[in-house]
Amino acid sequence: MSMKTKHVDLLIIGGGPAGLAAACAAREAGVENLLILEREDTLGGILRQCIHNGFGLHTFKEELTGPEYAARYIARVKELGVPYECGAMVISLSAERKAVYVSRTEGIVTVEAGAVILAMGCRERPRGALGTPGWRCAGIFTAGTAQKLVNLEGRMPGKRVVILGSGDIGLIMARRMTFSGAKVLACVELMPYSSGLKRNIVQCLDDYGIPLLFSHTVVDIHGRERLTGVTIAEVDAAKNPIPGTEQRIDCDTLLLSVGLIPENELSAMAGVAISPATNGAVVDEMLATNVPGIFSCGNVLHVHDLVDFVSAEAARAGVSAARFLSGESAGGARMPVLAGNGVSALVPEVLSERPEADVTFMFRPRAVYQNARIVVSRGGETLASKRARILAPGEMAEITVKKEALEEQQGELTVSIEEVGA
Amino acid sequence: MKRELTCIGCPMGCRLTAEFDGKEVTAVSGNGCGVGARYAREELTNPKRMVTALVRVAGTERPLPVKTAAPIEKRLVFDCLAALEQAEAHLPVHIGDVILRDVLGTGVDVVASANMEDA
Amino acid sequence: MYHYDVVIIGGGVVGCATARELARFSLSIALLEKTEDVCNGQSKANTAIVHGGYDAAPGSNKAKFNVRGNGMFERITEELSVPFSRNGSLVVSFEEGGLPALEELKRRGEANGVRGLAILGREALLGREPNLNPAAQAALDVPAGGIVCPYELTVAYAENAAQNGVAFFRDTPVTAISRNTDGLWRLATPAGTFTARAVVNCAGVHSAELNNMVSEEKHHITARRGEYYIVDKNYRDAFRSTIFQLPTKMGKGVLIAPTVDGTILVGPTADDIPDKDDTRTTAAGLARVLERAKLSWPALPTRAFITTYAGVRAHAETDDFVLSEPADAPLFFNALGVESPGLSAAPALGEYLAEAVAERLGAKPNPAFDPIRPGIPKFREMTDAEREAAIARDPDYAKIVCRCELVTEAEIRAAIRRPVGARTVDGIKRRTRAGMGRCQAGFCLPRTMELLAEELAVPELSVTKCGGESRYLESSLFGSKAGE
Repeated sequence: MSMKTKHVDLLIIGGGPAGLAAACAAREAGVENLLILEREDTLGGILRQCIHNGFGLHTFKEELTGPEYAARYIARVKELGVPYECGAMVISLSAERKAVYVSRTEGIVTVEAGAVILAMGCRERPRGALGTPGWRCAGIFTAGTAQKLVNLEGRMPGKRVVILGSGDIGLIMARRMTFSGAKVLACVELMPYSSGLKRNIVQCLDDYGIPLLFSHTVVDIHGRERLTGVTIAEVDAAKNPIPGTEQRIDCDTLLLSVGLIPENELSAMAGVAISPATNGAVVDEMLATNVPGIFSCGNVLHVHDLVDFVSAEAARAGVSAARFLSGESAGGARMPVLAGNGVSALVPEVLSERPEADVTFMFRPRAVYQNARIVVSRGGETLASKRARILAPGEMAEITVKKEALEEQQGELTVSIEEVGA
Repeated sequence: MKRELTCIGCPMGCRLTAEFDGKEVTAVSGNGCGVGARYAREELTNPKRMVTALVRVAGTERPLPVKTAAPIEKRLVFDCLAALEQAEAHLPVHIGDVILRDVLGTGVDVVASANMEDA
Repeated sequence: MYHYDVVIIGGGVVGCATARELARFSLSIALLEKTEDVCNGQSKANTAIVHGGYDAAPGSNKAKFNVRGNGMFERITEELSVPFSRNGSLVVSFEEGGLPALEELKRRGEANGVRGLAILGREALLGREPNLNPAAQAALDVPAGGIVCPYELTVAYAENAAQNGVAFFRDTPVTAISRNTDGLWRLATPAGTFTARAVVNCAGVHSAELNNMVSEEKHHITARRGEYYIVDKNYRDAFRSTIFQLPTKMGKGVLIAPTVDGTILVGPTADDIPDKDDTRTTAAGLARVLERAKLSWPALPTRAFITTYAGVRAHAETDDFVLSEPADAPLFFNALGVESPGLSAAPALGEYLAEAVAERLGAKPNPAFDPIRPGIPKFREMTDAEREAAIARDPDYAKIVCRCELVTEAEIRAAIRRPVGARTVDGIKRRTRAGMGRCQAGFCLPRTMELLAEELAVPELSVTKCGGESRYLESSLFGSKAGE
């Protein structure tokens, strides 16, 4: 028995929004021989189950649902004749850009690629990772699993729902469960602010009178077989439950929206350096990882709020990969960029010696800031700054530095938030 | 009377302050763009929402995602969902196919928001 | 009414091992399990280790069966295709002056017949386990210590027993036991009445209740709960050996226990609880695990926890396994108080109980007994060439359902179709590891439910996590309601 081997210029791992946009951009930049591998049966990734509207305002200047947004990119991929395989899961990847995938139609296939774009997306943090005490019964789902059950399969997991965490999928599912006949009793958030978008709080919770309890968490889970209730409690500044504030809520379903984790197991296998700040690859402004020819974009790089930004970032990765394949990219030393005051999950975390275009830094504010200033500095010198009326951990912030300001690069850059006096 | 609200026009979620006399919005501040001003006026006088939902497809338990082609009055959201419970789509369905014409006499159609070729 | 020569009560590792060993004799045998699946009590929630045998008092059943069982693991796991590794255990003293206690453990182990025990100095210890707290002073090295997959061991025993003719009845709690005038035991269950010449009581935390139904030699079992964290397999190389803390006046300490699957178990606590089936985790218990584990592993990666669990152990007042045939209950055999090192002792306990029963019944050997249970070939353990071959034989090997643990549809279908096959999502999880990885079934649950529904020919809405009322789905939006 001989296993199949394929040679491609560019391999794109993942056929969700990031992989699709990267493929289109690479194809348009002249890459002829490329391949998208998608583990599900159809392209589109998580957008397939995101049937709510709100996608595409930046990319298409109109508001689309997830499947509509995905369909536009899928149509483009087909138009451009980009080859793709569905039901094909990559199970290993090496630094030499050799990947092995298992496919429903082809069996085990080895792909030798000139360049690789990592676009595997992320997974949800499960209950076990939180260490929430109580019974380990049926009726506890991550919000995304429930979203898949309801929106793709038409299965209702329950009728009385509590949501732990106020991430966007949790908020969206509060409305979806309400629309599908369930009663959503509360959304409970550990932090004193939401990690979801404000508009989702308005149109998914407020519209339906669903209480959002900040600085609260689930401290006990009841029900030996199926969930019968949860106990929630208020937490103090150190996030410890405050005794005496416990209250029991009878419910049959607990949905978790408590964080997304980039799925970088393949990246690590290939020796890609992973940032503890983002759980994604350490990349430069070209989205190049430390492993030559391997690029990363979308939610496998850092968790985004908006698919439009995923598409834009992935398109840049596609162009970068095309340039790498044509031998145009400079390579050379890379300078670290520091996350200063109030900045976390900064991307990019390194810069090439001479960036060839303006560089946009994306990050998550560590706390809520009002009337603050985002500053990029080197030594004492400010290279870029902009005012921000409101900064919050739930919403990714960004600042662009002009290429010219980076030309005489000496020393480390720092991105930070400065509070402006009132 | 001042009214505080969060714009849902785009993901920025601008915090708006509107001057509302009970009938009309006379001034809006805090908005980053024209969408915010429009939103505040509409939200305080005649709030509207897009409705995205699931409808039955003949021959399968898998649902079809649909949406209102334009926002409808917020007070009609649950009536719209109830109307959609009676709807049934037939395969194949394509994005934009009308599933329910002129829902509740709003003049707005409910259309398929995903492609579904087979069961 | 069902008639068997022998009825075994309890489908944990001891019950299933006893069933398999009894199948070596020409007897009709049934195993009754209270819950929806075998391996559902303390056998599923323990530390998954094969103890060396240094800990128990010389002469005790715990010492005897631990050491004998330990020596059987190579053969048993080979015959039953169960993952096992003799990774060694280290009992570490973190205080100066721990040496005499380590020497005492060594002497006790030697008296129990444990081979290869040695005291390791600080340098040798830290050289071998670089992630260990550098405050470690010395350790007892127990090369005979090992690790095993407790689910697969129990399921494999059950499957091999079934292959050899043992009948398994799940969801079949024994509610009353009496002795007929003809000398046969009568066991009442919701599934009907069973009669048997002999009964083997392997009912774990509930074993005393059964004994007390038939004998005036009363026993009492205390349920002792242990709570644990599981660390992601990204840390599979953090420790080679199982790390015990030398018991001090502060308590017994917790273990850092690598598993055959690459994850690391951290725990347990030990709290006596009134409700014998109360396997809840608690905030206080988990906090204690964390605090104590950091003594062994200061860099314990709390962000890499994938889940928590709790198990109960059946603790007898004598602090030893009670293996008895009460004088007033002839042919009623007890295995009571089988707590740690019960998993390590299980092969020897099964053998002992089977031989005791067979001897009393005058049973002849079963010439058709086949000791080999082929495992379900695991995609994740195959080379790419083996994978290609597996897919050629069964295309379902190309369909990966659980991405975290690389479990294919072929393995899940096989787990359902096998004798004593999986009927629940947890049953699939324990037999294949699907859903046991870092996403904890977030991605694979919907497909696993579909496969169960398809293979068992039941509506998807009736699929449960672990039997009873543990259904995942309430209704179908455009179909039926659960239970319809």
